[in-house]
Amino acid sequence: MDWGSIIGNAAGELISPTTAAYALAAIGLSVHFGYAGLLNFGQAGFMAVGAYAFAITTLELGWPVWLAILAAIVASVVFAFVLGVPTLRLRADYLAIVTIAAAEIVRFVVSTVNLTAITGGSQGLSGFARGFDALNPFGDARFGFGPWTYSGEQWWVRVFGWGLVLLATVIVFLLMRSPWGRVVKGIREDEDAVRSLGKNVYSYKMQALVLGGVFGSLAGVVFILPRAVQPGNYGTALTFFIWTALLLGGAATVFGPIVGAMIFWAVLSLTNGVIVGLRDAGVLPFISTTQAGQIRFILVGLALMLLVVFRPQGIFGNKKELSFNV
Amino acid sequence: MSDTQLASSPLVTGEIRAGVPKVDPILVADGVTRQFGGLTAVDVEHVEIPRGAITALIGPNGAGKTTFFNLLTGFDKPNTGTWTFEGSNLAGVPAFRVARKGMVRTFQLTKSLGRLTVLENMLLGAKEQPGESMLRALVPALWRSRESQIRERAEELLVRFKLDAKRDDYAASLSGGQRKLLEMARALMSEPTLVMLDEPMAGVNPALTQSLLGHILDLKEQGMTVLFVEHDMHMVRHISDWVIVMAEGRIVAEGPPDRVMSDQAVIDAYLGAHHDTDLGSLTEADRAALRAEAEAELEPGTEEKR
Ligand SMILES: Nc1ncnc2c1ncn2[C@@H]1O[C@H](COP(=O)(O)OP(=O)(O)OP(=O)(O)O)[C@@H](O)[C@H]1O
Ligand SMILES: [Mg+2]
Repeated sequence: MDWGSIIGNAAGELISPTTAAYALAAIGLSVHFGYAGLLNFGQAGFMAVGAYAFAITTLELGWPVWLAILAAIVASVVFAFVLGVPTLRLRADYLAIVTIAAAEIVRFVVSTVNLTAITGGSQGLSGFARGFDALNPFGDARFGFGPWTYSGEQWWVRVFGWGLVLLATVIVFLLMRSPWGRVVKGIREDEDAVRSLGKNVYSYKMQALVLGGVFGSLAGVVFILPRAVQPGNYGTALTFFIWTALLLGGAATVFGPIVGAMIFWAVLSLTNGVIVGLRDAGVLPFISTTQAGQIRFILVGLALMLLVVFRPQGIFGNKKELSFNV
Repeated sequence: MSDTQLASSPLVTGEIRAGVPKVDPILVADGVTRQFGGLTAVDVEHVEIPRGAITALIGPNGAGKTTFFNLLTGFDKPNTGTWTFEGSNLAGVPAFRVARKGMVRTFQLTKSLGRLTVLENMLLGAKEQPGESMLRALVPALWRSRESQIRERAEELLVRFKLDAKRDDYAASLSGGQRKLLEMARALMSEPTLVMLDEPMAGVNPALTQSLLGHILDLKEQGMTVLFVEHDMHMVRHISDWVIVMAEGRIVAEGPPDRVMSDQAVIDAYLGAHHDTDLGSLTEADRAALRAEAEAELEPGTEEKR
């Protein structure tokens, strides 16, 4: 087994654009669930909205990168209002149901045959990243060190993606230690109590839903920069993986979503490498390559179960917070 | 007891009866009803709460006291009715706006914010915080001075409520009685004009009860109006200036504490709640026996407490 390349691949995942996208989406989810107590089971929907808004405005309308990103943000704000207006006055479970359904609706709509001219149907869209690549300030040469040696274009995607992650982290950090964050965390604990203290709970919940949704949408943009937009990518599995990354790191923590996403992808890559390696070495002859890819997700599920049992607060979470029956 | 029974009181205009107009009412409710299915939980024709006084709202379990609180504070919607607070209409006004107008309530089932610290709970109660707007929150310079102001006030209140040693603990780690204290202190952070307390003494030990009574009397000293729901008749008699009695959703009597507690309608109301007998069909001897029992209950336990 080639341990060098297995570990090298896993190390590469730590800073891959996909990991950055997951981290960003998980930061959004931490605003929703970790801080405001909103149950969003449709983060994949926000990512799809951002991805398609960016790709369509670029390809169809020829908008420059910054304007296409703005379109992705605006689209997710609208999406958040559509989800929030009817549900945020109701009990928490209604938002959960509506977000699951809405994310699926988005996925079905963009893969509709009738819309193929705009959304690319089930084929999806590609070729929208040219404008972004043109902004690459790093040139063509490969540079870096060890497993992190990439072309200038690859570095550009990574720097952009992690730059957004950094920006989102700073925003969440500043907000959550401010009085705004105090109100939002209070709503997570008991919204009637916060209401009785004169705070417009509905408005705060909407603000939190929009903010986390915008992060989800930007995650969608980062996610597609190195690949094509594929409707199949935005299923409930994606939402589940983002939740895994979030819970892994700790839901109401600043660095939890980032470290959670890194661990998620590094472990996926490691297990995949090991299983394929074992198969090639003839240790697991009964497993096909496809099955090897699936087994790692079984392992992720198993790891999540162990996590919930042994470290329910996540890696960064505060054990004390969970020891209360609140 | 009977020598303290006056037909009039400085708080009211005219003769004392249910729904009597007050000299200076802070809250006036008219025709407020609330039905749950076939059950009429609240049916208040007219009631006025006197300003600057401590008013107790008493009545048997299920009388509709909490529901009436919920309606007045915007936490529930009535089927009919209007009410005004300091002259401005409050019917249909959402709960958070009611609180902003200076009418702040606590809950029968205490609502402490468990995974916030005691101090954070307190700070959340303060009004007019620029840092509670999302954009300004990003620039600490815009809210720091207000934050240190309210922090100072919070520390003072925590000392007054003997919670200062707990300031950095999660509210979830407090005892039931301490949570009651925290909820009350938190409500005071907003500097309200009317404080509405739903059973502030429930589950609080006798030693704490004494200090809570002191706090409530303090509120009046500071010019606030207090309306509280309570089952402990000793407390009601001890601190309230005015007592309003609810039974089966209606206001059946009101008056100064001594007078109300010897009122026939009140005794009947309390009896009706835990005796299945129809009082109307009883013989005079039965009625006398029941009345004695009720009076004994409404009387603060004279022997054991003194
Ligand atoms: N949400 C609800 N749905 C249905 N019925 C309700 C609801 N809330 C209250 N009730 C009913 O309304 C009546 C009044 O209840 P409420 O809680 O106001 O009584 P209360 O005077 O506060 O009693 P207690 O002293 O026990 O707290 C009760 O009969 C209760 O069963
Ligand atoms: Mg009650």
